[in-house]
Amino acid sequence: MTLSNAFIAIIRRDLVLAYRRRAEVANPLLFFVLVITLFPLGLGAQTKLLQAMAPGIIWIAALLAAMLSLDSLFRSDFDDGSLEQFILSPHPLSVLILAKIVAHWLVTGLPLLLISPLLAIFLGMPEQSVPVLLWTLLLGTPVLSLIGSIGVALTVGLRRGGMILALLVLPLYIPVLIFAGNAVEMAGSGLPVGAQLNILAAILFAALVLAPLPAAAALKMSMNG
Amino acid sequence: MERLLSLEVKNLCCIRDDRVLFDNLSFNVFSGQALLLEGQNGSGKSSLLKILCGFREPDAGEVLWRGVEINNGTFFEQMAYVGHLDGVKKELTVLENLKIATALGKPGHYSIEETLEKVYLSGYDDVLVQSLSAGQKRRLSLARLLITDNKLWILDEPFTSLDKEGIAIFEALMVDHIAREGMVVLTSHHDITLHGIDVQTIRLA
Repeated sequence: MTLSNAFIAIIRRDLVLAYRRRAEVANPLLFFVLVITLFPLGLGAQTKLLQAMAPGIIWIAALLAAMLSLDSLFRSDFDDGSLEQFILSPHPLSVLILAKIVAHWLVTGLPLLLISPLLAIFLGMPEQSVPVLLWTLLLGTPVLSLIGSIGVALTVGLRRGGMILALLVLPLYIPVLIFAGNAVEMAGSGLPVGAQLNILAAILFAALVLAPLPAAAALKMSMNG
Repeated sequence: MERLLSLEVKNLCCIRDDRVLFDNLSFNVFSGQALLLEGQNGSGKSSLLKILCGFREPDAGEVLWRGVEINNGTFFEQMAYVGHLDGVKKELTVLENLKIATALGKPGHYSIEETLEKVYLSGYDDVLVQSLSAGQKRRLSLARLLITDNKLWILDEPFTSLDKEGIAIFEALMVDHIAREGMVVLTSHHDITLHGIDVQTIRLA
């Protein structure tokens, strides 16, 4: 079988798996919605404050939801030995991992993107920032999955790697958070946001090319137990 | 007799937690041969198999496939491994699991239907793996050996949770594979009987 066949087969497999474990997969989305809905309740009826904080709130919630979903990226494959078979495949492991990351994003990142306009309106975000918010999420959430894959690959062999994973991955998420949050905020004041979006796109492409390689190497290392 | 395929192990050494599991271990396996690793629990059988699969770096020595280091050559196109873990997804059906296995490798000698017949799982195509018994799960993971194109089987305790009948079926499959110029490296606590096959035995102390 060719590499592209394997790539598509893995994406399909992971989507089927996600469908059969719906409850587990819905957790990050539920978390995302819950955190955002709690803010207006906590802050009270301060429309201006909420409006000003909306970009930050949505992005921080997206970041934490992404973190929450990361462990599921390799955990079950590691536990049941599927990962061994991936490593032994003649296909390059980094490409197979990229397929897993794409599937992971489709299952955890895309739903955040789809529900965010509703939440943006809920927080009173100005109309002109909503398209920009969608752009930043479209460019930014795949980066979260890509960078996260390196962290998970490093910690999947540890029994309680949750905290280390957060420490490894969160600092690398910060550039995305800064540029994305800033873009949405600027859009709210009617300023141009081309630069921020371009940088986010650049980060995405860099991560797309560079993240699967160390993730593959780290996974091989995690197998060496 | 011309023997094209060979797995050569030269002066292999494995140290785990400051304990030398084996040192200066050398052997060759050629096509048409089986190698049985024996030894007590913790004697390094599984570690040796992990080194042969490239999961673990040897502390010294090298593993050559057709004269080339396993990480550089065509080794991974020609080997298949079944370890302690079944490597099948319990939320997928039997058929879906086998399809993924073929996608990861190259389609081999048998089709999926033929393979299921060989391991006596015909009619289970659309059954979720989580509703199979342990022995059936094992047979499914061994089915992976048949549907991909490979020469070398590396098997870590393949008979675990198989019943007598299952063991007999699988022994027949191994004999068949070896007779077709294949090779098998395995560990087993069970006594194995491979009729008419050249079996080397190495005992790890």
